[in-house]
Amino acid sequence: MAEVLVYVDHVDGAVRKPTLELLTLARRIGEPVAVALGNGAGDTAAVLAEHGAVKVLTHEAAEYADYLVVPKVDALQAAHEAVSPAAVLVPSSAEGKEIAARLALRLGSGIITDAVDLEAGDEGPVATQSVFAASFTTKSRVSKGTPVITVKPNSAAVEAAPAAGAVEALSVSFSAQATGTKVTGRTPRESTGRPELTEAAIVVSGGRGVNGAENFAIIEALADSLGAAVGASRAAVDAGWYPHTNQVGQTGKSVSPQLYIANGISGAIQHRAGMQTSKTIVAVNKDAEAPIFDLVDYGVVGDLFDVVPALTEEIKTRKG
Amino acid sequence: MSLRIVVTVKYVPDATGDRHFADDLTVDRDDVDGLLSELDEYAVEQALQISENSDDDVEITVLTVGPEDAKDALRKALSMGADKAIHVEDDDIHGTDAIGTSLVLAKAIEKAGYDLVISGMASTDGTMGVVPALLAERLGVPQVTLLSEVSVEDGTVKGRRDGDAASESLEASLPAVVSVTDQSGEARYPSFKGIMAAKKKPVESWDLSDLDLEAEEVGLEGAYTTVDGAAERPARTAGTIVKDEGEGGKQLAEFLAGQKFI
Ligand SMILES: Cc1cc2nc3c(=O)[nH]c(=O)nc-3n(C[C@H](O)[C@H](O)[C@H](O)COP(=O)(O)OP(=O)(O)OC[C@H]3O[C@@H](n4cnc5c(N)ncnc54)[C@H](O)[C@@H]3O)c2cc1C
Ligand SMILES: Cc1cc2nc3c(=O)[nH]c(=O)nc-3n(C[C@H](O)[C@H](O)[C@H](O)COP(=O)(O)OP(=O)(O)OC[C@H]3O[C@@H](n4cnc5c(N)ncnc54)[C@H](O)[C@@H]3O)c2cc1C
Repeated sequence: MAEVLVYVDHVDGAVRKPTLELLTLARRIGEPVAVALGNGAGDTAAVLAEHGAVKVLTHEAAEYADYLVVPKVDALQAAHEAVSPAAVLVPSSAEGKEIAARLALRLGSGIITDAVDLEAGDEGPVATQSVFAASFTTKSRVSKGTPVITVKPNSAAVEAAPAAGAVEALSVSFSAQATGTKVTGRTPRESTGRPELTEAAIVVSGGRGVNGAENFAIIEALADSLGAAVGASRAAVDAGWYPHTNQVGQTGKSVSPQLYIANGISGAIQHRAGMQTSKTIVAVNKDAEAPIFDLVDYGVVGDLFDVVPALTEEIKTRKG
Repeated sequence: MSLRIVVTVKYVPDATGDRHFADDLTVDRDDVDGLLSELDEYAVEQALQISENSDDDVEITVLTVGPEDAKDALRKALSMGADKAIHVEDDDIHGTDAIGTSLVLAKAIEKAGYDLVISGMASTDGTMGVVPALLAERLGVPQVTLLSEVSVEDGTVKGRRDGDAASESLEASLPAVVSVTDQSGEARYPSFKGIMAAKKKPVESWDLSDLDLEAEEVGLEGAYTTVDGAAERPARTAGTIVKDEGEGGKQLAEFLAGQKFI
């Protein structure tokens, strides 16, 4: 069976969930070969094997952390040469898309970004994309070269499928461009202990209606009662009430959880672009005419300062 | 010293309009108003600020690849304060994908001459967020992308990239390709004076032959990707909407419990 390269997104050896989803999708079109780069690359092998990687190609070098994007492109290109895969899959993060794009260009291949589903087709893998703020669904494929496809988080359920996961050292020689953009400083983001926004099964978001940074505590309390991640609209972020890393929408994160709860958010097209593919959508808004209500499975017209704390209490009571 | 900045700007269908596909599965541009992609206004703004903070002579050229109407996007950028514009227009470009678009842009950027290319973080229609990286790869220069802060001094570009796991400080020598996010600073509104001045600024039109490109290299024919189908997402079935009369929170909890979220 044809091999499929899967780029591994990990932090010091801890593999992030979207990569495990990619391994599941990769098995529909071939045998997954994972590529793990940088500090802790070798530590990823066990979990990758458990999820179907027949082989794990690893390479550790300081360049991956010290320079932007290009060293990873060089490595994937080396992996492509070593394996001649039927496709290359990369998680759809901002960096993932840039890596995929440069790789595609070098391979003389087309690129598809932000696939939400993937299946085998007669002429290669067929990707489903959700476009125009999720108002259209398209089917596309790469018609030249090795398909390079980036896949959004939450596009497939993670399935265990134990495989050999044989670790092999990848040999990489860095290109002249590799050291072009130096990372001169790095401030890691502090962990809140809550799930990662793009990976969470439930997202609780607050918008302009939350009316102040301090009031986000009630949004957080609801999120914590559900084990959810916290999101925010751009209006709330621009007002300085919540960090930009939590922004949901076109210029923030795109989320696709099982449940999305929008509080004090009107539902502008740019916000919808980032959450419209959520399975179940719930909104609390005092304006019965707010466009968000066109999307909801369940909506409460009311003041979030009454509804949200009451909901949190009720959830706590029910959970005992 | 002088600094030549090329800002790539895209003309896109208005996101608040009713966007859809034409019969050939390309974006239908006839039925929806077009405009300068809002995220490219941030790129124009940063070019203007780099110019304002520089002791050098800075020349800002805005560049678009798009149909006839795309001139509107150039006019808007010129009225914000850019110096001149280049419009690459050719019927054969219709339906070009990201790989092809980056080819046309890279050829035009090389022909125009540049020290710095500034792009938006993503277009508001394709929203791929890949063109700046593709341009850096094609031009063989550093990519300093997704910046929420950018500055240029002594032939070096510096910036801050706020990623998922960390916030990074980046640095590269010119020439380079930069892209900026909507966190980089509000874009200015064109002044009346700016709008009047824009009418007199030069707009050059280039076609494929000006860029030594063949029709087969671009358009639907040259595309590296094929769209096989596009379907409108079925409208969501109308949800239950209740008015809070003291029980809203409890009712919502009941719904969530019914859906097994609690
Ligand atoms: C290029 C571009 C990119 C953008 N990207 C994004 C993006 O990524 N994400 C994003 O979110 N936006 C984005 N926007 C902005 C977007 O257009 C909207 O301005 C934004 O989503 C509005 O946020 P909001 O819904 O919180 O605020 P508003 O539209 O002001 O809505 C606030 C809502 O809260 C309700 N409310 C007020 N008080 C209460 C209360 N006490 N209880 C209950 N309800 C209450 C109001 O009825 C109203 O519906 C973008 C815009 C542009 C131009
Ligand atoms: C819904 C949709 C989905 C698509 N999916 C794919 C796909 O999966 N694969 C594929 O190869 N193509 C795809 N395309 C085509 C692709 O969008 C265009 O070829 C496009 O010009 C490049 O991608 P982008 O618009 O997403 O740009 P992005 O990469 O998001 O744009 C980033 C920046 O590049 C600059 N830029 C982009 N285009 C131009 C331009 N024409 N003129 C000047 N500057 C520009 C701007 O500064 C912009 O801010 C898609 C198009 C649409 C409408």
